[in-house]
Amino acid sequence: MTMPAQTDWSVETKTRTSTLFLGVAVVVVIVAAFAPFYASRSLIQDLFFILTMLVLAQGWNLLAGYAGLVSVGQQAFVGIGAYAMFSGVILLELDPVVSILLGGIAAALLAIPAAFFTFRLQGAYFAIGTWVVAEIVRLLVAQWKMLGGGTGTSLPRSASREMFGIEFLKDTFGFKTSAAADVVTYWLALALAVATIGVVYWLLRSRQGLGLAAVRDNQNAARSVGVDAQRIKAIVYLSTAFITGLAGALIYVQKARISPDAAFSVLDWTAYVIFIVVIGGIGTIEGPIIGVLVFFALQNTLSGYGSWYLLVLGLLGILIMLFAPRGLWGLFTDRTGIELFPIRRRLTGGPLKKSSKGGPHG
Amino acid sequence: MAVLALDNVSKSFGALRVSQHITFELLEGEALGVIGPNGAGKSTLFNLITGNIDVDDGQIEFLGRNVTRVPPMERCLSGLGRTFQIPQPFEKLTVFENLIVAGAFGNRLPESELADQCADILVETGLIAKANELAGRLSLLERKRLELARAMATQPKVLLLDEIAGGLTEGECHALVATIQKIHTSGMSIIWIEHVLHALTSVAERLLVLDFGKVIGIGEPDAIMNSKEVREIYLGLEV
Repeated sequence: MTMPAQTDWSVETKTRTSTLFLGVAVVVVIVAAFAPFYASRSLIQDLFFILTMLVLAQGWNLLAGYAGLVSVGQQAFVGIGAYAMFSGVILLELDPVVSILLGGIAAALLAIPAAFFTFRLQGAYFAIGTWVVAEIVRLLVAQWKMLGGGTGTSLPRSASREMFGIEFLKDTFGFKTSAAADVVTYWLALALAVATIGVVYWLLRSRQGLGLAAVRDNQNAARSVGVDAQRIKAIVYLSTAFITGLAGALIYVQKARISPDAAFSVLDWTAYVIFIVVIGGIGTIEGPIIGVLVFFALQNTLSGYGSWYLLVLGLLGILIMLFAPRGLWGLFTDRTGIELFPIRRRLTGGPLKKSSKGGPHG
Repeated sequence: MAVLALDNVSKSFGALRVSQHITFELLEGEALGVIGPNGAGKSTLFNLITGNIDVDDGQIEFLGRNVTRVPPMERCLSGLGRTFQIPQPFEKLTVFENLIVAGAFGNRLPESELADQCADILVETGLIAKANELAGRLSLLERKRLELARAMATQPKVLLLDEIAGGLTEGECHALVATIQKIHTSGMSIIWIEHVLHALTSVAERLLVLDFGKVIGIGEPDAIMNSKEVREIYLGLEV
C-alpha cells in the first residue's frame, strides 16, 4: 500500500497538569512520610487505614475497571495473605515485616488455581465464582488448628514488640513500643500505596496496558488483532492478588489478632472497596484516591448512627451509579478535562492541532 | 501460488450445518469476492478462517502452514487481518490508540516505531482528523473506516473484509472502494464479503457464491453473475 511520506508525527502522553501534579505528589509523599514526627498516634492509625484501603481499591479497580474482571472475592487474598503472615510469624518464627512478603506470595499462588476455575466463567458468573473461591478458602483456613481454627489467634506479643524497625525508632526518636509499631506499619502502608499506584500507572501506560484496555472494550476484536486476552487478564489477576495479599498481611500485622470470619469478610475487604471505587470513579487511578477519602469521611461522620451508616453508604453508592456512573472524579474531569495520571497517547504533528483532544480522557 | 487454501471445511451448530465442504484457494495478490443471501454462512466462513469459530472437519492452510487448530491471535500474527461486519472498535480508546493496539500486538512493533505508520494509515483511510477522538463517538462510516485502518495496522498478508460497504451512502461507498482498490493495487490479497455488488465487482477478480453453507459457484464476476443457478438462488430472479 502506498503511503504518504509523512515523518513528523509524534506521540504525547503527558500533560502540563500531570507534570505539575507529579511534583505536588512527591511533596505530599515526603510530607506524609514525616507525619509520625508531627501527627498524633490516632491520625497515624487513620492514615494507615486510608492507605491500606487505597491499596485494596487500586487493586480492585485494576481488575474491574481495566480488565473487566468484576471480582467479589478479593477477601480471599486479604485473608490468605494475613494467614500466611501469621503462619510465617508463629510457625516459622519470622519477623512480621519479612512475613508480609509471604502473604503476597501465598495470595499470588492461590490466584493460580482460582484463575483456572473462575476464568472459565463470564460476567456475573465470574463474580459469583470468585466469592465461592473465597468462601472455600475461609472454610479451609478455619480447619487450621495451629492458627486457632474457627476462633482465630493473636500474634505473639514478643513478635509484635520486636518487629523490625521498632528498636531503631525507640532508640533514635524516643517512640514508645506500641507507637513505634504503628509508625513501622504506617511507613510500610505508605510505601505499598505509592508502589501500587506507581505499578498500576506504569502498567496502564505500557503496551500491556493498551492491550488490557482493548480486551476490556472488546475481547473478540482484541484477539483478532493479536492480543493474548487470557494472558493479559491472568497477569492482572495474579498481580492484583499479590498486592491484595501484601495489604492483607500488613493490615493484620497492625491488628495483631486474626480470625477466619474477620480476615475473609466480604463486607470489609470487598464491599467497602467496591464502594470506594464506584463513588470515586471506576477505571481511573484518581477515582480510588477520591473514593477512599470520601469513604473515610463518611465512616467517621456516620459511625455513631449504627445501621444508618450502612444505609447511607448504600444509598450514596446507588445515587452515584445512577447519576454519575463515572464517579466523582468522572464528574470533575468531564467538566475540567484535567487528568492527574494521563494514559492517553495523543497523535500530534502533521496537520493535527496540538490541542486536539480525545474526549473526557483526552 | 495460493496464500490461503480451504479443503472440505465444514461446521455445524447442532443440527444446523452452516458450512458444508467448503473448498477454494486464494491466490497471492488476488481479490476474491464472496456473495450469498443472508444466512448463507459468509461471516461464519470468515470466523472459521480467522479461528474465531473452530472447524468441525476439513483443513485450512495459510501461507503453506496448516492453521486449522491455531488460535485467532496466532493467525493474526502470521498475517491474517480482518474487519467485522458490525464494527467492533475499542470504544474507550482513541482512533489512534485502536491502531497502536493493532500495530503493537498484531505486527509486534515497538510503540516508538508505530506513530508514523499508524498516522499514514489514518491519512490513507481518511481518519487522520479523528485520530484523537474516542472510537465510541465515530459515525458508521468512520467506524467502518476504522475497521479497515485497524486491520491494515497489523500489516496483514491477507485482508478479510466483511460487508465493509454495507449501510453507506453512494458517495461514502465510492470513497471506501477507492481506498480498498489502492490497498489491493499494492499487492495485498483480499477476500471481501459484500452485498453492494457494484462495489465488490469493481475490485474482485473472482466471485465465490455461498448458499446454505455450500459453495455453489466460483469464477470470474461476469460468468458468476450470468449463471442461472446464482441468479435463481442469490438474486431471486426467474431465468
